[in-house]
Amino acid sequence: MSAFVGKYADELIKNAKYIATPGKGILAADESTGTIGKRLSSINVENIESNRQALRELLFTTPNALPYLSGVILFEETLYQKTADGKPFVDVLLEANVLPGIKVDKGVVDLAGTNGETTTQGFDGLGARCAAFYKAGARFAKWRAVFKIGATEPSELSIQQNAQGLARYAIICQENGLVPIVEPEILTDGSHDIKKCAYASEMVLAAVYKALNEQHVLLEGTLLKPNMVTPGSDSPKVTPEVIAEYTVTTLRRTVPAAVPGIVFLSGGQSEEEATVNLNAMNKLEVLKPWTLSFSFGRALQASTLKIWGGKAENVEAAQANFLARCKANSEATLGKYGGDGAGGLASESLYVKGYKY
Amino acid sequence: MSCFKGKYADELIANATYIGTPGKGILAADESTGTIGKRLSSIGVENSESNRRALRELLFCTPGALQYCSGIILFEETLYQKTAAGKPFVEIMKENKVLPGIKVDKGTVELAGTNGETTTTGLDGLGQRCAQYYEAGARFAKWRAVLKISANEPSQLSINENAYGLARYAMICQENGLVPIVEPEILVDGPHDINKCADVTERVLAACYKALNDHHVLLEGTLLKPNMVTPGSDSKKVAPEVVAEYTVRALLRTMPAAVPAVVFLSGGQSEEEATVNLNAINKVQGKKPWSLTFSFGRALQQSTLKAWAGKEENVKKAQEVFLARCKANSEATLGKYQGGAAAEGATESLHIKDYKY
Repeated sequence: MSAFVGKYADELIKNAKYIATPGKGILAADESTGTIGKRLSSINVENIESNRQALRELLFTTPNALPYLSGVILFEETLYQKTADGKPFVDVLLEANVLPGIKVDKGVVDLAGTNGETTTQGFDGLGARCAAFYKAGARFAKWRAVFKIGATEPSELSIQQNAQGLARYAIICQENGLVPIVEPEILTDGSHDIKKCAYASEMVLAAVYKALNEQHVLLEGTLLKPNMVTPGSDSPKVTPEVIAEYTVTTLRRTVPAAVPGIVFLSGGQSEEEATVNLNAMNKLEVLKPWTLSFSFGRALQASTLKIWGGKAENVEAAQANFLARCKANSEATLGKYGGDGAGGLASESLYVKGYKY
Repeated sequence: MSCFKGKYADELIANATYIGTPGKGILAADESTGTIGKRLSSIGVENSESNRRALRELLFCTPGALQYCSGIILFEETLYQKTAAGKPFVEIMKENKVLPGIKVDKGTVELAGTNGETTTTGLDGLGQRCAQYYEAGARFAKWRAVLKISANEPSQLSINENAYGLARYAMICQENGLVPIVEPEILVDGPHDINKCADVTERVLAACYKALNDHHVLLEGTLLKPNMVTPGSDSKKVAPEVVAEYTVRALLRTMPAAVPAVVFLSGGQSEEEATVNLNAINKVQGKKPWSLTFSFGRALQQSTLKAWAGKEENVKKAQEVFLARCKANSEATLGKYQGGAAAEGATESLHIKDYKY
């Protein structure tokens, strides 16, 4: 076959399949120090290591939440952190059958000569870093490529660069025992309609899977983290059923069935919006040869963060809220979400124009 | 979406889906005049129009056979022929819910500078020809691209040329109401093992689907006609279950779920071999988001041809042989073939080295 089958092949396939378990999904808690700083400052909490540790401990030790998660993506600092009692976070996760993941990219840089398009960095020494992360307990990785929709975007260059970059990252991960989450995010910014988003998504995904094939990536040991197909942020909204139909059609046209699971990013959607859209996709009566689940950051944490406000006395309430969001999204992966998690903070849009991680 | 949705979109989708109906498949009866001449001469029959017509009448009028055929591919001459009683073949098919198909390529020519690799011709005026064929009752088309496996083959040039030729042909068909069967045949000739065949098949299919995406082809209104993944003709045979496993895996890694069906070519396999392999393919456990059926030429007609030998008095017996093969392959699409449909000659290999149509 054309895929590279190295010493980790069976493990990669097993872990990718596990992450794609129906009823489970991923908590994306891999905000870099700079980004988590913005979150903390929005609730007037100082961006110091102990506060970053406290937030993640709040999430990972929420009673009964971990059964709804198959994986948690971490930033490097967090991979080596412990609970206040001294228990490594990695152990907390593994004991609850949650696979630790690790963000391995080093952010984006502009592509000269384009209209603000970017490519993602992080290749230097990536193999060695992946091996070290594997040793520390990580079993999957994440690398975010970014595209935008404009009059002449995404450009051919941007598509080529980012698709090849994702493929190169993916094979290096697999050589070192980490399941690569392939994330080609097309930003919602813009006034384009849903058809335009579908068009761009299909072009980008086709290029991504061609690149993965060229680089001999073992698809059965990967996951995809795409945007849902939606109208642009400055465009009128459509119903969840329409989003579901366009998104699933796009994926059926581009993602080979060998990929075990698709874990959507939430972009700027509110917590409730993201859950309801995921639910609609799983209710769609059409053949879907991969599971459809979540890899949410803001859409799992935003209201929890607000309720916590950095105060120990709020931890219990914040955890109850976090549990509710995890449960809601778990139900959404089964098409069983009843909508009882809506209202208040959960419906607040999390869209930030030109969002930079 | 990135595909072109013209006025025939719904019809293309309906017809492509129909061709993949479980229990049905395609009879490839599109041998050009030159090729059918070789077949007729092998049974001592003169290559005259009336003999060509008589053979096709024998096949198309076999009592009970058409229920197993969702489509029949025809050569241009045959599209306009009638039974001895004066009934157009196309009408007989229509009455029996069999979609008429038409071979539209004009054969292969060599790619200069390669080691005997080829590209396929026939794009000139293809749109008008397709429109005419549609008028005459055709609803799908076929175009055969050929690749070979050797030390340096298939070359990147051959893969690109053939993939983009198939994509261009496919788009033109869809503009004119014909479902394009995309046929990237990788010849079985050679001493390579099944792993090599899998590697090449996966790379070729990935290139085809990238090209189809680039050309805005509506995948839901296409079919794929690939080779099964097997060892080379000069290599040791393997069990049908192995052929099945490698074949399905190659498709899972490359063919999007939007494509409704795969209609395998038989290459040089004997009638029985092709049926048994198709059966094993349909028994593979796991994801198969498309129908897996047949588009057999030699593997449906060979022993029938021998039984007929051009003689009127043999027609009934020949038709019984043909019916048995149709039924056997129908069962194979359901994973229910038990064996025993082998008439004299059904296990005879039909491999001809470096086969030229």
